[in-house]
Amino acid sequence: MDLRYSEREEKFRAECRAFFEANVPRGLPPLDSAEGFPLHVEWEKKLYAERLAVVDWPEEYGGRDATLMEWLIFEEEYYRAGGPQRATQNGIFLLAPAIFHFGTDEQKQRVLPKIPGADELWCQGWSEPGAGSDLAALTSRAERAEGPAGESGWKLYGAKTWTTRGTFSDKTFGLFRSDPESVRHKGLSYFLVDLNIEGVTVRPINKLDGEEGFAEVYFDGAFVPDRDVLGEVDRGWYVAMATTGPERGLTLRSPGRFMAMADRLVELARRSPELVDAALRDRVAERWMEAEAYRLYGLWTATRIEAGVDPGAESSVMKLHWSQLDIDIHETALDIAGPVGELLDDSELGLDRGRWMKDYLFGLANPIWGGTSEIQRNIVAERILGMPRK
Amino acid sequence: MQFELSEDQRLMQEAVSELLVKECPHEALAEAWETETGGVAGLWDHLAELGILGLTTPESHGGLGLGPIDLVLLLEECGRHAVPEPIADIVAVGAPLLAEIAGPVADRWLPKIAAGEARVAIGLEGSPVVAHAATADLLLLQHGDEIHAVAPDAVSLAPLQSVDGGRRAHRVAWEPSDATRIASGSEGRAAARRAFDRGAAAAAAELLGLGRQLIDLTVEYAKGRVQFGQPIGSFQAVKHHLANAHTKLEFARPPVYHAAYSIQQESERTPLDVSTAKALAGDAAHLCFRTALQCHGAIAYTYEYHAHMWMKRVLVLERQYGDARFHRARAASQLGVTPAPA
Repeated sequence: MDLRYSEREEKFRAECRAFFEANVPRGLPPLDSAEGFPLHVEWEKKLYAERLAVVDWPEEYGGRDATLMEWLIFEEEYYRAGGPQRATQNGIFLLAPAIFHFGTDEQKQRVLPKIPGADELWCQGWSEPGAGSDLAALTSRAERAEGPAGESGWKLYGAKTWTTRGTFSDKTFGLFRSDPESVRHKGLSYFLVDLNIEGVTVRPINKLDGEEGFAEVYFDGAFVPDRDVLGEVDRGWYVAMATTGPERGLTLRSPGRFMAMADRLVELARRSPELVDAALRDRVAERWMEAEAYRLYGLWTATRIEAGVDPGAESSVMKLHWSQLDIDIHETALDIAGPVGELLDDSELGLDRGRWMKDYLFGLANPIWGGTSEIQRNIVAERILGMPRK
Repeated sequence: MQFELSEDQRLMQEAVSELLVKECPHEALAEAWETETGGVAGLWDHLAELGILGLTTPESHGGLGLGPIDLVLLLEECGRHAVPEPIADIVAVGAPLLAEIAGPVADRWLPKIAAGEARVAIGLEGSPVVAHAATADLLLLQHGDEIHAVAPDAVSLAPLQSVDGGRRAHRVAWEPSDATRIASGSEGRAAARRAFDRGAAAAAAELLGLGRQLIDLTVEYAKGRVQFGQPIGSFQAVKHHLANAHTKLEFARPPVYHAAYSIQQESERTPLDVSTAKALAGDAAHLCFRTALQCHGAIAYTYEYHAHMWMKRVLVLERQYGDARFHRARAASQLGVTPAPA
């Protein structure tokens, strides 16, 4: 056990800290709003120009070949400085790993370079009106077809929903049933689809926070050429599930994000001692400890991954922990705020100008997206503890 | 940055695990409850042979000169097997306390401790209960800023009944004197604080092992127990209880290892790191205990099934060396969050 960072790591941290302190934009409107989205995209371009958008990617795609430990440092510094949400996160954390793993050289050259610089923004097309937690029940379909220039490909039909940032995105990646005779996980293919083509309609849906962060996406014969199928035809489920890699648990939401959040809670309690009674003090300390536990869990996991261990289903343990932690931190802050906790507006009266309530509403989605907490508990019980499926 | 225990530390853990599987089965624990000392017959000598009892004694005094980070996995194993012997008080707290204070008392007692020939009992302020005082050859007792080394014939013991039948608890009446004082002033205060932190970190490590064993027992039981025509482990209600307990326990583990490392490095942050570990491990083990009881059903509410001994050890250790609330209050102070003025 040696918890000292190397000289290289310390140097990298210092570079990140200096850049973020000087450049992080303050007080942006929400990412999922019409006014906020372009400002977040602008910030992504600045990050990319500094080669800080995807530090763990290979240099040829705009990264720095950073280690997982260095990526954790990047995240700590990013959120410590109050960095905004990442407009490119779906592309970076959900699509890119799939392309690195399953993409053809042509797909890699064509798709990857446009992700981190926000030249193309991606949204995810998994859930459907009739397929949420039970994703394998999806009914959207792909039929063999010829394109306008006679090229071979597929026509897509059906609807995808709860598509985060669908109204602001250029493209979507999603699963469609390509074998009409198939059931469940078999016979699905993974498609990359331009949202601006004929046969695609995007309808915005207001989220819990009132912003147009969700969309329903309808496909009515939209044509996709063969080169936009990722991985083997009819094997899309395995592409979607296997692409996540051992680090998924950490990269979905890094420890640095919650440590910064917990530090802000501690700072709030320190500057408002008249609002913090013994019960709240107890909760503030507990929240900080839980964030610290994730920080240490992250270091432990990164050490093991770098030694070649795949933590597998532990990503579910991690998601259970941080999705609840996020909510608990905000509820503690809002309880410190008392009656002004309800305020969302930018006035002096609101706690930190409404930020805690806004971020609370955002975090309430955690136990639902990416596999609900109930699904995650099933995974932990069955795959880690070895309990019977049926 | 390397957050992982070493190969040597893992090997030592395996050796202790093998020993305890053989020498400390639950039948032996149940027998130990009925004895006067609460100990498992012969176990002490086996632990001494393996070098565990001298692990933290300096090499100059016949020990291995190792530290908390070398001890943490072994204490976890002791928890896993619910070892009733006061290993933590002696190896994690007593020997380092004597070694740190040094002097003739340390010179006299450390070699005996390392050889398994002498036991110490620890009495720090904050708890009136001294465990296993009647079998101690020396008592290390805090009196304000002072640490005293007191012989058994200079104290009077009143036995107390602990919920844990393997634990022999006592109230100790004694008079501090110049002759018994081995540390005082800022040195004594710092020594007492470090002893407390070592004890808290050790209890946290044992709680990890206790919690793990309670989960494992419950999973095995739930796989075999059939109701409504299927194993109860296939029901989501049971799965989710266990997944929650597992998640909470696994997130206590890195903080416990980190606390051991932090004690070894000794910095201003050490009390914060120790409090984090003890609060999280205590609460996690408590959830494991409640989950084990609930998911087993009535069988776990009996003496006929052995899990009760693990549950009761959790009930003791989550309170020893500061409970979760104490440690959260201490951490809050460390973080600069102080109570509002009355």
